[in-house]
Amino acid sequence: MAKIKYIEFNGKEHVVDVKNGLSVMEGAVKNLVPGIDADCGGACACATCHVYVDEAFLPMLDGMQEMEKTMLDFAEKVKPNSRLSCQIKVSDALDGLTVRMPESQH
Amino acid sequence: MSDHTVIIGAGQAAAQLVTSLRQEGYAGRLTVMGEEPHPPYQRPPLSKAYLSGELPADRLFLKPDAFWEASECHLMLKARVTKVDLSQQHVAYDHGDGRSFDPVPFDRLVFATGSRVRTLPIPGATLPGVHYLRGIADVDGLRPRLTKGKRLVIVGAGYIGLEVAAVAQKLGLTVTVVELAERPLARVATAPLSAFYAAEHARHGVKILTGTAVSGIKAPAHHTLSIETNLGSLPADTVLIGAGILPNVELAQEAGITCHNGIVVDEFGRTSAPNVYAAGDCANLSCPYVPHRLRLESVQNAIDQAKHVALAIAGKPKPYGEVPWFWSDQYDLKLQIAGVTLAGDQTVVRGDMDTRSFAVFALRQGVVVAVEAVNAAPEYMMGRKLIAARARIEPDRLADRAIPMKEML
Repeated sequence: MAKIKYIEFNGKEHVVDVKNGLSVMEGAVKNLVPGIDADCGGACACATCHVYVDEAFLPMLDGMQEMEKTMLDFAEKVKPNSRLSCQIKVSDALDGLTVRMPESQH
Repeated sequence: MSDHTVIIGAGQAAAQLVTSLRQEGYAGRLTVMGEEPHPPYQRPPLSKAYLSGELPADRLFLKPDAFWEASECHLMLKARVTKVDLSQQHVAYDHGDGRSFDPVPFDRLVFATGSRVRTLPIPGATLPGVHYLRGIADVDGLRPRLTKGKRLVIVGAGYIGLEVAAVAQKLGLTVTVVELAERPLARVATAPLSAFYAAEHARHGVKILTGTAVSGIKAPAHHTLSIETNLGSLPADTVLIGAGILPNVELAQEAGITCHNGIVVDEFGRTSAPNVYAAGDCANLSCPYVPHRLRLESVQNAIDQAKHVALAIAGKPKPYGEVPWFWSDQYDLKLQIAGVTLAGDQTVVRGDMDTRSFAVFALRQGVVVAVEAVNAAPEYMMGRKLIAARARIEPDRLADRAIPMKEML
């Protein structure tokens, strides 16, 4: 279980508990946090679950697979701390993680 | 009195409609009527991770239970709509148990009725051991039969058939796919892509028999099936029929709404009846990247059409113009498709198929209209942009992997 803070583009914060094994994307969807569309449901096929990860947590995340890297490479408003939240698996180590949403997923 | 929107169907489009209607500020009452016992769930994993057992059922649901209350939406499950009465503006339904209920009145109605499997009108198609795959219940019935060493025959080499073949092969079954057409994925993919997937399945030991017509299924012995074809009979323990889907249009048709290969809608999702809309698999639409009207059987279309219907209902109509996209997972191959492949009149292969990372572009009169990308996200992502821009790219240039995709536009 990890406590994750999701911050909407307008600054609104949502702190929720997310079970280990779920993705950061699923944590948002299951807790009615808006701003992550995840149209493909986590298949790494749509790039509509883009988030900015708190820099301090970047080293704790599993590295990006080639597919995610490339999808992000072509997405909008990408920054060095951009990730697709469907590809980040939640574990105890991510307790306290903060992610911020982009203005839009499309 | 408050406006009331009723949505028939509780799938991907319905879930998106509720989300988008509230996001767009629609303040009327909302009712979703679904025939299945489940709230809206994702269908794509049914033939992939849910079938293989990697994804539990609770991760299929599109929304948490709290969503429906938070959205002030009345979610009616196991509710089978029996009649739509446009003059009375109400929807009759039952729970299939003989009891009768007062019809549900509406001010606006959305058909999000989806589709159902096309059944094969052949003898033996309803024998025990013959399965279809469309909903959670279908997979729950099929999965226990997919045990190591058993023989599975799949009728139809479309995406469902091939995805199930890949899962079953991995589970240790002997898998044979029979297909009427001369190549797998004939209805949905370019010839080079079909050839690649045929070779991949062969490499994994899945036999695909093309040009093969099934005339019937017999049960010569207990727990044994025999699939009769023009090329002889095939023994099986289990048969899966994946022969495509049919749009659920009957309710609309009986209500007098124009249907032609789906419920006909305009670019705002409006049907021929005022205040009646349709979205998703059941809708027949025109898509700006395809020269003829069509139905799009995909998550993308369910989501995007639902968004446009929500905008229309909320008084902010915006015409549909999204580039269609789709994906399929088989073995370790990620296939991502943008556009409608068969709208093209020319194909261009980019990359070497032997490396298992390549793309097939479809061009129509020199304009990029679709891309099929296998383990090739740059081609897919840039392909989407090329299609949207109606880009005209020289085939030699498009095929040249020395030129990065980013430089194509």
